[in-house]
Amino acid sequence: MNFSEVFKLSGLLCRVSPDGKYLASCVQYRLIVRDVNNLQILQLYSCLDQIQYIEWSSDSLFILCAMYKRGIVQVWSLEQPDWHCKIDEGSAGLVASCWSPDGRHILNTTEFHLRITVWSLCTKSVSYIKYPKACQHDFLISLTGIAFTKDGRYMALAERRDCKDFISLFVCSDWQLLRHFDTETQDLAGIEWAPNGCVLAVWDTCLEYKILLYSLDGRLLSTYSAYEWSLGIKSVAWSPSSQFLAIGSYDEKVRILNHVTWKKITEFEHPATIANPKIIVYKEVEKCPRVETEILAFPPARVEASSLFSTQSKYDISQIPVSLQCVKPIADRANPRIGIGMLSFSPDNCFLATKNDNIPNAIWIWDVQKLKLFVVLEQLYAVQLFQWDPCQPRLAICTGNSKVYLWSPAGCVSVQVPVEGDFQVLSLCWHSNGDCMALLSKDNFCMCYLEKEEGK
Amino acid sequence: MGDWKTITVPALSSASQTALLNTSEKKMSPSSLNMQQVLHSPLPLCKSPHSFFSAFCTDENVEQSISYLDRELTTLGFPSLYSECNDKELNVTSIINCMNELLVLQRKNLRAQEEVEIQHLKLGSDMDHLQNCYAKVKEQLEASRREIMGLQERDRQQQCKNRNLHQLLKNEKDEVQKLQNIVASRATQYNHDMKRKEREYNKLKERLHQLVMNKKDKKIAMDVLNYVGRVDGKRGAWRTGKTEARNEEEMYKVLLGSYEQRQKQLLVENAELKKVLQQMKKEMISLLPPQKQKPKERAEDGIGPVLSDMEEDAVELNKENMWELSCETVREQLTNSIRKQWRMLKNHVEKLDNQVSRAHSGALNDSDVISREDHELATEKLELEIQQCREMIKTQQQLLQQQLMSPCDDDTSVLLQDCYLLEERERLQEEWKLFREQKKNFERERRSFTEAAIRLGLERKAFEEDRGAWLKQQFLSMTSDHKNSEHVKTQSPFSGSSEPDNQLTNFRSRQKKLHCLSSIATSEDLCQTIQHIPHNSNSSAVLSTEKSKPKQ
Repeated sequence: MNFSEVFKLSGLLCRVSPDGKYLASCVQYRLIVRDVNNLQILQLYSCLDQIQYIEWSSDSLFILCAMYKRGIVQVWSLEQPDWHCKIDEGSAGLVASCWSPDGRHILNTTEFHLRITVWSLCTKSVSYIKYPKACQHDFLISLTGIAFTKDGRYMALAERRDCKDFISLFVCSDWQLLRHFDTETQDLAGIEWAPNGCVLAVWDTCLEYKILLYSLDGRLLSTYSAYEWSLGIKSVAWSPSSQFLAIGSYDEKVRILNHVTWKKITEFEHPATIANPKIIVYKEVEKCPRVETEILAFPPARVEASSLFSTQSKYDISQIPVSLQCVKPIADRANPRIGIGMLSFSPDNCFLATKNDNIPNAIWIWDVQKLKLFVVLEQLYAVQLFQWDPCQPRLAICTGNSKVYLWSPAGCVSVQVPVEGDFQVLSLCWHSNGDCMALLSKDNFCMCYLEKEEGK
Repeated sequence: MGDWKTITVPALSSASQTALLNTSEKKMSPSSLNMQQVLHSPLPLCKSPHSFFSAFCTDENVEQSISYLDRELTTLGFPSLYSECNDKELNVTSIINCMNELLVLQRKNLRAQEEVEIQHLKLGSDMDHLQNCYAKVKEQLEASRREIMGLQERDRQQQCKNRNLHQLLKNEKDEVQKLQNIVASRATQYNHDMKRKEREYNKLKERLHQLVMNKKDKKIAMDVLNYVGRVDGKRGAWRTGKTEARNEEEMYKVLLGSYEQRQKQLLVENAELKKVLQQMKKEMISLLPPQKQKPKERAEDGIGPVLSDMEEDAVELNKENMWELSCETVREQLTNSIRKQWRMLKNHVEKLDNQVSRAHSGALNDSDVISREDHELATEKLELEIQQCREMIKTQQQLLQQQLMSPCDDDTSVLLQDCYLLEERERLQEEWKLFREQKKNFERERRSFTEAAIRLGLERKAFEEDRGAWLKQQFLSMTSDHKNSEHVKTQSPFSGSSEPDNQLTNFRSRQKKLHCLSSIATSEDLCQTIQHIPHNSNSSAVLSTEKSKPKQ
């Protein structure tokens, strides 16, 4: 594992281009495009205000930079650095902005979710979509209820009119409204397409456990509701083959539905005590660094100093039964930190990684082929983010300290990020070919290059 | 009598027990009094017999007492004490008889008394016993009554508790229902309020939207240097009905594609499962007892036709599966047939189990029932044999295939056809080699022999010439001597010498012949000529060598 130098970053805005060649990062109002392998600066753009959101177009030719305070979106071209494009929403304000799948349209959500404006970079046309629905989620990137199919052909938009929820299906090539139907939800909380682009999952607010499955042509395929009255769905994930739909709920369980009958095939529980001896539990423990007094030089080099005072950690296999640290949630607050908050399938469809917010230090990895719990990783600090490698079943985890953790079926490893000073890894993002990933902290980022053959 | 009584009773009462016996004899009073007196009688007899006896009869009243006794006895049925003829005379025998009778009677009465006393005692003890029992039973009754009371009390308490719990449960259920109703009503209330607020909010949004649109903000614009080309390089098309229809079509195509894919997968899965079921069915049929049909034919007559039905079904199903029908009836047939097979297999296994248990218990009547171990051994052997045969067949098949597959043109095929003869050919070649070597050796030997023969011939020639010269010399010397001496003497030498002469001539001729032979003898020709008569030449060569050896 090689680590690059540390570069400045603001707002956790660091994105790898879809073709994998470039890396875009923001520092305040500047947008810096680097080469992924040698991190040389290729382009440097200046925007009008502090950038709050960047996104690459699907063909990696353009980058949009959104500045919500000013209500401006600026688009930069990689091929022609002189080309510029500025979209000003003016008094309508700007809340969210994203590309369309063809990379030539920008969808801006105005303030109060009044409307979505579709700006075209090819023609002079502007389209407006009224009554978009505001969907607030921790795990969905967009704040509006927009979902594109994986092949980029169709867009599903959640709308709300007269206190009723609707879904509109658009054809992305010419923005034709294909279907418009209402959903039987109280207050639609989120929508997500299946990876095969044929089924749309729509789920209700957390006050009611209800998930609806619609076919591409707008027919209701099935409804699933596990229980009433208690808080319902917290997170949803499709498996890459579209075979399974995993639903994480506030009752600390994950329910898996199958794509043939849309009925529950199993539920995964997340208890605080693990008693099954077949499950491996990796526990992160600190190990004191060995100080070799002969080699110490005076004054000590900076790198040595930082590594001396930062504690190393490694993984130990805990003996079953293991009891994990539980956090009691505050009872009378809204959006309590209980239930399954994060849910993600591995790209080969073999594993499912979940996080129970009641036990924030642990990540549970389930074997999808056997539908059983496989591994539990217990960290020292609360897990901030985990993400699967896009190519193989390898999970990268960050817990807000200066280490990055990797798990694969062969084992798991804890790596200290060798940078001077404090580097709290708050977020990470894999490269599309799985060779490297970007580790983001509040003010900096660095690239981590992984070896082709995984040793541990 | 009464008078007598009044006199004697006070005496009796004062004498109490001692006088009782006398008074009993005297009085003949009510039997009860007699009885009492009789009861107490044995005791006083031993105490003072004299006073007792003298109380009744004294010297003065003998006659009276006798007449009294006689009267009493006659009334009792005894014969009279007086003699028959004379009233005053006492009949001693009758007196003795009476006394004896009285004694007997007394004894009888005593026995009866004893018996009665014994019975009295018995009855008394029985009575005690019964009283005890009664007391116990009464106690038990009391105790059980108390217990019943206790249990009833407990039962009552439990019933009370049960009722209370039921009540509590009902209360809780009611409360839950109430809470649910409250929650539901609050939810509707909140929904209503939410909707109201949302409508207000929508109104605000609309107003804001109108304001925003009305302002005609020039700022809301896009400022772009130049428009970018589309991704696919084509120009944008107008949105018409055609394009809309096309989009719909595309969408349906996508959906249909995914459904078709799924259906294919399901068909494949179905076919595999059907295959597995068919295999299972076949295996089950094979496991069932057509092998052991002989002793169990009777039992299987019922199953036989069913089996044949099953096989017919199997054939039918095979055919149908080949056509890949997936209709309801086929599926039902398959599942039903498998269920039947399974049931038969189960029955068979149960029968075997019973047999085994019977065999274990010792009732080995059936000769076909072999022990499990033997059976298992036999099956293992058979399996091994089958495997070996299969492997052999496989290898043979492979070899055959190799043979058939490899030849590509005629030459190679011809060569390959000969390839089986290669070994033989090589062998033959080796033999030829050997033969040629041997031939060469023989040739060498012959050459050497012929050379030896030639040398021998030459030597012989030389020898003959020497001999001839010597003989000539001798002859000359001898003839010179004989001219001087007799002819006769020399005749015998001459005859001897004529023989030598003849021999000489013979030798010479032979030499000539040999010379001829040697002149002819060029190596190969000689060899050949010698070869033609191998044996002779060999032998002659041998002989010549033998001859030459001593010479050489």
